[in-house]
Amino acid sequence: MARAAPTATTSTIPTDRYGATAIALHWLLAVAIIGSFGVGLYMADLPFSPLRLKLFSWHKWAGVTILALSAVRLLWRLAHRPPALPARMLAAMPRWQRIAHPATHGLLYALFFAVPLSGWAYSSAAGFPVVWFGVLPLPDWVAVDKPLADAVLKPLHHAFAFALGAAVLVHVAAALKHQLVDQDGLIWRIWPRKTNP
Amino acid sequence: MKTLWPTLFAAVMTANPAAAQTPATLLPAQSEITFTSTQMGVPVDGRFRKFDAKVTLDPKKPETGSVALTIDAASATLGVTETDAEFIKPNWFDTAKFAQASFKSTAIKALGGGRFEVAGTLTIKGTTQPLTVPVTVTSSGAQSIAAGSFTIKRLVFKIGEAEWADTSLVANEVQVRFKLALAGLPPL
Repeated sequence: MARAAPTATTSTIPTDRYGATAIALHWLLAVAIIGSFGVGLYMADLPFSPLRLKLFSWHKWAGVTILALSAVRLLWRLAHRPPALPARMLAAMPRWQRIAHPATHGLLYALFFAVPLSGWAYSSAAGFPVVWFGVLPLPDWVAVDKPLADAVLKPLHHAFAFALGAAVLVHVAAALKHQLVDQDGLIWRIWPRKTNP
Repeated sequence: MKTLWPTLFAAVMTANPAAAQTPATLLPAQSEITFTSTQMGVPVDGRFRKFDAKVTLDPKKPETGSVALTIDAASATLGVTETDAEFIKPNWFDTAKFAQASFKSTAIKALGGGRFEVAGTLTIKGTTQPLTVPVTVTSSGAQSIAAGSFTIKRLVFKIGEAEWADTSLVANEVQVRFKLALAGLPPL
């Protein structure tokens, strides 16, 4: 990809970067999750129409893709430990931030699974099995049960999705705080380019 | 004694299965007409809640029998309120104009082993098409079950018009299954 030549500096405050695979999965899933969340919000109140049917299908296909990629991402993370925070940064963090940092990541990962799994269960219980990309039928791990779908699984899927939305906002706010307030360049650890600026 | 003859005659007639050319009675609670459509690759089951059948069939003389089925088109349901509300509209079943779908047999042929081939005409939304359906009849006690399935092409009957004619959204083929519980059908 054509890119402006990076300014050759050696301001390498966080020396360790995430690996290329972790970086790729992070941004791919960021786009997929934010896109699916937006489509989900938009489609929920649409009247019966071809557009509604298409968006629901695409949303489900994206959800299952996010679920599968999240499983890959979790396994990859377990096998490739993310770089530790620089010692100076850790020392400067108040206690609540040292708890909030891994807690937010843990919550994000939990919701990467909870949101699509609850959506899949909701679809199955409502009597619409999920067929990935219209080709691969996925098993219904919840039996058809419309009251369960409407009274429990639909609100659960919504609650998980909004919780994920909130966790993403916290994550982005923290990243912006490091970048704009602390100006510590922490973001370059996950930025999709080869060298730090 | 003369006054007893009509009563006796009636008793003999109803007790004699060979002469039972009165239609069997449909038992709606034990009967079902279901269908499976495919929405963007996803099989979606639906059913008709209201239908009636007049079946006159002596399994030993099937060629003298007849089947007439009427289905209340507005009783189609996928179990989803929003979708069911659409089914009655002009693009789908247009129930204001075409309240009923129907099947009328023209010929019944025995295939042996309780299996029959019922030829007839299927009318949905004002379009009539020939249709031959394999039907299996089983009986236990006084109750008989006539069951079978067939596939129709929905666009032939204009079910799903305008933007819904797109078969990548809803497949053209729709599988229909029926199970009719009947009382009063002569034994096999």
